[in-house]
Amino acid sequence: MEHAAAHAATELTPLVTHAASYLWLIPFFPLVGAFINATLGVRLQRRFGKGLVHSIGIGAMAMSFIVACAAFVQLVGLDSEHRFLQDTLWNIFTAGKVTVDLGFALDPLSMMMTLIITFIGMLIHVFSTGYMADEPSYWRFFAYLNLFVFSMLLLVMGDNFVLMFFGWEGVGLCSYLLIAFWYTDPQKAAAGMKAFVTNRFGDFGFILGLFLLFWALGGVWQKAPDGKLTYVENDPHAETALAAAHGEGHDAEYVKIGPTLNFRELRDQVVIKSTGVAEKLKSQKMFGFGLLAMVGILFFVGAMGKSAQLPLHVWLPDAMAGPTPVSALIHAATMVTAGVYMVARLNFIFALSPTAMGWVAFIGALTALFAASIGFFQYDIKKVLAYSTVSQLGFMFIGVGVGAYWAGAYHLLTHAFFKATLFLGSGSVILGCHHEQDMRKMGGLGKLMPVTKWTYLIACWAIAGFPWASGFYSKDEILWKAFSQEGMAFLGIAAPHLGQIIYFMGIVAATGTSFYMFRSYYMTFTGEYRGGHGHADGHADGHGHGNDAHGHAHVPHESPRSITLVLVALATGAVLAAVIGVPMAWTGHAPLLEQWLEPTLPAVVLFAEYAHSTEFLFQFIGVSAGVIGWAFARALYKDNKSQVPAQLLSRWKGAWNVVYNKYFVDELYQATVLRGSVGLARGLSWFDKHIIDAMVNLAGAVTRIFANIDGAIDRYLVDGAVNFVAGATLSAGRVMRRVQTGRIQTYLYGALVGAIALVLFNFLIR
Amino acid sequence: MQTQFVIFIFLALATLVGAASVALSRNIFWSAMGLLSSLVGVGGMYVLLSADFIAITQVLVYIGGVLVLIIFAVMLTSHIQDINVSNRSMGLAGGFLVFWVVATLLCFVALWTPWKITVVPPVEGTTAAIGNGLLGKWLLPFEIASVVLVATMVGAIVVARKEVKE
Amino acid sequence: MALTLNHFLVIGALLFGFGLLAVVTRRNAVAVLMGIELILNAANLNLVAFGRYVAGNISGQVFSLFVIVLAAAEAAVGLAIILAIYQMLRNIDTSQATTLKE
Repeated sequence: MEHAAAHAATELTPLVTHAASYLWLIPFFPLVGAFINATLGVRLQRRFGKGLVHSIGIGAMAMSFIVACAAFVQLVGLDSEHRFLQDTLWNIFTAGKVTVDLGFALDPLSMMMTLIITFIGMLIHVFSTGYMADEPSYWRFFAYLNLFVFSMLLLVMGDNFVLMFFGWEGVGLCSYLLIAFWYTDPQKAAAGMKAFVTNRFGDFGFILGLFLLFWALGGVWQKAPDGKLTYVENDPHAETALAAAHGEGHDAEYVKIGPTLNFRELRDQVVIKSTGVAEKLKSQKMFGFGLLAMVGILFFVGAMGKSAQLPLHVWLPDAMAGPTPVSALIHAATMVTAGVYMVARLNFIFALSPTAMGWVAFIGALTALFAASIGFFQYDIKKVLAYSTVSQLGFMFIGVGVGAYWAGAYHLLTHAFFKATLFLGSGSVILGCHHEQDMRKMGGLGKLMPVTKWTYLIACWAIAGFPWASGFYSKDEILWKAFSQEGMAFLGIAAPHLGQIIYFMGIVAATGTSFYMFRSYYMTFTGEYRGGHGHADGHADGHGHGNDAHGHAHVPHESPRSITLVLVALATGAVLAAVIGVPMAWTGHAPLLEQWLEPTLPAVVLFAEYAHSTEFLFQFIGVSAGVIGWAFARALYKDNKSQVPAQLLSRWKGAWNVVYNKYFVDELYQATVLRGSVGLARGLSWFDKHIIDAMVNLAGAVTRIFANIDGAIDRYLVDGAVNFVAGATLSAGRVMRRVQTGRIQTYLYGALVGAIALVLFNFLIR
Repeated sequence: MQTQFVIFIFLALATLVGAASVALSRNIFWSAMGLLSSLVGVGGMYVLLSADFIAITQVLVYIGGVLVLIIFAVMLTSHIQDINVSNRSMGLAGGFLVFWVVATLLCFVALWTPWKITVVPPVEGTTAAIGNGLLGKWLLPFEIASVVLVATMVGAIVVARKEVKE
Repeated sequence: MALTLNHFLVIGALLFGFGLLAVVTRRNAVAVLMGIELILNAANLNLVAFGRYVAGNISGQVFSLFVIVLAAAEAAVGLAIILAIYQMLRNIDTSQATTLKE
């Protein structure tokens, strides 16, 4: 809490950037890998085997990781205030006030994300070599994975909204491609579509929020009140004055004020008090609602879609139709965290609006509770993990909602590790049980798959929030900050106790988390193996990994090295990540991660002050919640001996049914939104067919009528006239021809008559 | 004078009846006879006009030459068998109209114009006078007429001969 | 009654008319020629009459002499042509000799 005071003391300055012209390599390598595998992958796989394909994919990831490490080293070497690497390649387009550059920027937040993405991404690539070993479209999988990493890197490294949105959409696309990887199964294809469409709903909100923000920043370039930090066009004196005022020869000497899409410029405008932009934004209202609240809520709608918060969470459980590495990478570690990243990136905007903060935190808490409850009764191990992800994302949003941005980001980091471990562990289990995902058919795998069991257990320990595993520190920090946040508002009404309400919801959700995670652990790894007889999977291809000594006995065994090593690495990470987040109350210093992220999170958020003892109390409550959950799980599910679950189920069948069916949310959407859309489409189709086509046909018919009239006119009038002339000439000729009798006497007649006439004429005239 | 007048009437009758026969007769032979009568009549009238040489020439050339030629032609070309309908005519109505108009016109002109009648008596011995004139005053027409006659002879022969087949 | 110019002129006129009638109406080509002779004769008559009653010299007669000569020549040629046509068409009907017809 001392941080708040520290922040108020120092005057914030524009961000100073350092040029790092190699940053573009980080997204470039996965893009190249994706391109090679996509275009040549089939042939390479056919000629050189799968080894070359995955080498390209993993190689690209490795190179990207190395360059990211190099950037990290450079960043660490800089002053904590000046940690900003910028690499602008070129200007994509400029139209009026809108300037979009192809530029990459690494500040501590995006550096953290980049390391997570490249490191965990690389590990998951390695895992996939074992898991997807007997997949014929091996090359396609790796191409998609690389493409996904490229898009995700664009998202976090892009220095402006447009690039971020490009990546945002790109990960949505790759998520669709990867979920529907086995697209020949209509259910899986439908799951992919569901993910994409739900994401689009979110993206719509994101774009609206962006437009609103852009517009709100003002329509004209304006001078700052004190004239000191201003961008003034064509005023050389102002420029030199600014340069003198700063003295250091780095890039940022002035602050752009006005509509911009660049994050750094936006941050500078809003954060630096003397520009007056923050005050202006806070006071702006649209239709009676605070503009910033709307902006925040709309951006959060985008996050809702991407990060599967209520009510757009429906795609994530269905997304488990994709291969397990995909679930691990996309739906645990990276894509779903894009929403959290976005809110953390725009922390200075959210912090200005208590309504937006309250909204984000409340929805996050609601989602956490909701998803945890569903996870109680699922039988598919991946579904349990999916709902767990939704729930944990809710926790992350609680964190960034109440203003504990670094805590939300920290939970993102820890969640990435332990959730990836859990997913990959479940993948190992599924592989061992011959693609069986129902936990009721598992059991007793602890003896058969020891490495998997231990890594899974460590991850469960972490997620439940027990001390010395990273999950404890992150979750604890979030809930603690939620409790101490009294400045939030709910839909414009100040709600000082909203934070406490959220805290209680979070504690209940944490209990639930512990319960269902250990439930899944006990059901899977303890007791006797219940599978192996008559599970109807017609997988004729069997296992691809080499040590298949038991051909027909369906006894599961440990997975190959490529899988187990990755599991160990990730589990270790889950534990070690604790180191950077040890709270101040324990060590007297601010946690390492908080210090690291501090420059990027300049939002000034006030928390209520409490003593350290209160903090220890809350930590104890958090641990107790975890223990309670574990105890229940152990009692009900260890070794599957207890009859209590069955008894409870039969007694509360109705309630169980509702929760088991995910509160019928999908059915509700089917009845309202989907039916509505389809009905609208049908209506429009009718309109098109009967009205528009009728108009077109009418136009056609009218044209035809006119053509017929023209034809008739041509045939009867014009041709008639011509024919008439011809006919008249013919008749006249026929008559005239009779003069040519050929008889001399006739001609003589003529001459005579003429002569007589002449004579008579002469005679009579005289 | 009375006798001249009566003779004139006879001659006129012969001429006109003959001419009418030429124009209107159905039989070509009678037309030819009519022509004869006409020519004779005209010859007679020449005598009444004191043109004795012309009268004789008329008889000799016209009747003795032209008429004979015509009768040759008639004999050669008309089918004597059906001599009754060998000389048809066409468009008599229009012809009559023309006849009446022309005749009337000419008569009218002849009778209405105040001719200057001379009192000089007619020339005696027209033959000598004509002979002198032909070789004196009218030598050129005389020569040209002879050329024309030669041309006519040659032409008639060329036109009427049968094609010699080689 | 004394014979005057008018008598002869009338006769000439009528003769001319008849000759014209024959030329215009007759179908037999020889008859047409006969008509032409009549016309020429009529002209001759007029010439001689005028020579006697108006001119007072023999110019009329000389003129008519030449007319007679030429009439004979023309009759000869005409009849030669008629014979040639007869050889070709086997009859001398003017309404048959119409190759100039349209």
